This record gives sequence, C-alpha cells and structure tokens, in this order.
Amino acid sequence: MIDKRIPTLEEAVAGIEDGSTILAAGFGAAGVPTQLIHALLDQGARDLTVVSNNAGSGRDGLAALIAAGRVKRIVCSYPRTSGSVVFEEFYARGEIELELVPQGTMSERMRCAAAGLGGFYSPVSVGTKLAEGKEVREIDGRIYVLEMPLQGDVALIHAAKADRWGNLTYTLSSRNFAPDMAMAARLTIVQTEEMVELGDLDPDHIVTPGIFVDRLVHVGKNA
Amino acid sequence: MSATETIARLSRRQVAWRAAQDILDGWYVNLGIGLPTLAANFVPADREVVFHSENGLLGVGPYPKPGEENPDLINATKEFVTLLPGASVFKHSDSFTIIRGGHLDLAMLGAFEVSKDGDLANWTTEDLRFPPGVGGAMDLAVGAKRIWILMEHTTRKGESKIRNACGYPLTAAGVVTRIYTDLAVIDVTPDGLLVRDMAEGLTPDALQALTEAPLSFAADVKVLTAPAVE
Repeated sequence: MIDKRIPTLEEAVAGIEDGSTILAAGFGAAGVPTQLIHALLDQGARDLTVVSNNAGSGRDGLAALIAAGRVKRIVCSYPRTSGSVVFEEFYARGEIELELVPQGTMSERMRCAAAGLGGFYSPVSVGTKLAEGKEVREIDGRIYVLEMPLQGDVALIHAAKADRWGNLTYTLSSRNFAPDMAMAARLTIVQTEEMVELGDLDPDHIVTPGIFVDRLVHVGKNA
Repeated sequence: MSATETIARLSRRQVAWRAAQDILDGWYVNLGIGLPTLAANFVPADREVVFHSENGLLGVGPYPKPGEENPDLINATKEFVTLLPGASVFKHSDSFTIIRGGHLDLAMLGAFEVSKDGDLANWTTEDLRFPPGVGGAMDLAVGAKRIWILMEHTTRKGESKIRNACGYPLTAAGVVTRIYTDLAVIDVTPDGLLVRDMAEGLTPDALQALTEAPLSFAADVKVLTAPAVE
C-alpha cells in the first residue's frame, strides 16, 4: 500500500540535513509553503541553500528562516520585493550569498535536473553580466550560454488537493514553480489544503503525478 | 529648454495609449511593470488580445473590484488580477517556454536606456545600496517576436535615454524593435533609428538635439497625438 500522508509537520520535515539545497515554491505570496518552512525552522537544519523566486517578505516564512541565520545562500531571480527587509539586511552585511538567475533559467534548470539532462544552451543573458564565466556556443547562427541543471535535496510545495499517492492539483497562480520544483528534488514534501480519497482527482486534472511526491501533510485552507 | 513649452509632449498614460493602438487583433502580449501595464486599458475594443503573465497565466483580465481579490490569483507584479473567459494556467517552465520559445507576439517593456542598435538596459542601475534583481527581464528581451519599449525620451536631468551605446548593464543586445516615448515613435531598423511619429512643435533638428543616437526620418512622419486619457 502506498500512503504518503504524514500526521504532523514536524515528521514531514524530519531528517533534512545541514547544507541541504531547498527548493521553496511560491511566487509573491501565492503558493508559498509557509507552514513547511516554519517546520523547517523548528527542525534546525543550517547552512541551507534556498532556491526561491523571491527572498522572502515581512518576517514570516523564508524571511524568518533567513533571520534565524540558517540560509547560507539564496538562488533567486528577484530578491528585492516589497517587504524583503530581512534579506536586504543580511545581504548588506554580507551574511548571505546571492546567485542571481534569470527567472525562466531558474525553472528550466530545475526542469532539466528533473528530466535527467546535463544542462542546456539558452539565449537568455548572452552578452550580459549574468553570463560572465559561462560557456558560450553558437548553434545555427545564434549565440547561447550553457546553463547547468539545478537539483534540490528537498522541495517544499503547497498544493490545493492531494490524495494518498501524492497526486496534486493547485489553485490558479499558486501553481507557479511548484510542479517544476516537485520534480527536481530527491525528497519532495507537500503541504495540502485538502486531502481527498484516491480516485477523487480526475486523472485529466492532476498536475503533479504522485511519483514525484514523497511526503504529504494536511494543513487546511488558510495555510 | 525654452522650446519645451511649445512641444505637445504626451503624458505617461498617453504614451501607453499610443502604443496600445498598434497591438493587433489576435496577439499574445506580455506587459512589463509600470508604463507598459497601463497599455492594457487602451487596446481598441474590437481587438481580441491575450495578456500573458510570467508566473503562469494567459488571459489576464482587469484588476478585481475591492473585496473580490483572490490571494491565489496575482500577476507577475504581485498585484491581484482576474482571468477572462478562455484563460489558462500553467507551470513556470511552461510560462517561460512561451516566452523564450518565441511564442509571444509582443513584449512591451520599460527601459533605462536603448541604444541605436536596439540594445536594451532595463534591469539594473547598479545602485549598490540594494541587491540586484532580474526577474524575467532577460527572458522576455530575447524571447518575444517584437520588443517595444515605452519610456520617457529623456531623463529628469534632460539626458537622452536613446543612446549610441547603453551606459547601464545590458539586459540583451540588439533586441528592441520599436520605441514609444513622450516625443516620438521610433523603429529600430538594420539601417538605424527611423522616426515614424513626432510630437507637434518639434522639428527633426529639435528631436535630434534631444536624442544622443543619430535619427533618420520616415518620408511621411506623422504627428504624435493621443486623446486625453484617464
């Protein structure tokens, strides 16, 4: 029997090791796995590399993890958003490393890792500061840079609905990075608003198939 | 700049209106933050245009009414939005497949500077007080079929934003196809910058004096006009 449901957030994040690369879903405030991030805060893993489109806002979630000094490095396309005060303070003091990645390159690097590929040539960032040091190649007259796969040790995901096999659906723009991140980590942990019976999700409507999911925790709607 | 008072400069909203008149029926369009976003309000009613948002939406509609905001439905600027009938939602790598793969007819973006060769600088002014952010700027710049820039013609200090070479770090080289400013509509062509529209009260010499990069002028340069738009 396959049952990926875990009773508590504490058990859901058990075993995450120091130095892990964490893929944290969410774009703005939509689809952020806030409760899993708080559980990771309580769990205690340090020297983390966090991959997230934004670098946290306010004092909760990713901002709380940064404030606790647990994030060594962030891989991000747009760290500075309204309320990203904690990140900005740490960045100004040189207490967090930033790897700035064009937004589409970020998700494609994860998709690439998920698909078992060794990298890809992208026209994005050619001739800019963000391409410095990268291999350049001309293909059919166009210039590309080599981008490497971005594999996570752990993905933290917020879903709308899940069944015990880990099949997932999302709500509107809360989907964002979740499907790419769920595929790209060795351990994918999901918090879900709703837990449904096996068979209740229409196979045509499942966005993330359960094969990519390892642990599920039910957190309710106002997560 | 005593001549300024006689030039019929467009307001920011009028620049957005003017650019929106050139969006054709059936186009898929991404609008950048700020001035370009305003253009969505001014697309002629008889044209069906589908707006894309980087975070994974096609068919973005107007802002919701107060009280009807949905926290699961935001655009790339993180504003609450609505979806129109026919809209679709997809994962992030699909959204950038749309962008990078040349599937968008148009990306309308803001800029700090554009060069005579269509180089674009719109992602950082290298203000060291703040961490840099790039978002989807570089992806959009190389991906969409057309890159139209909406910006003021000059900086607040009166310096030309249309330059021989960009001073700020590049977003992408040779990608801009058209520039809409408060003073002119300019095509970036293989032969250089070609002025299509020019504000009333300007002469070619006067516009050139406000523009660092060399300009040439279409045989039938039109008057740059827009209605008073709210």
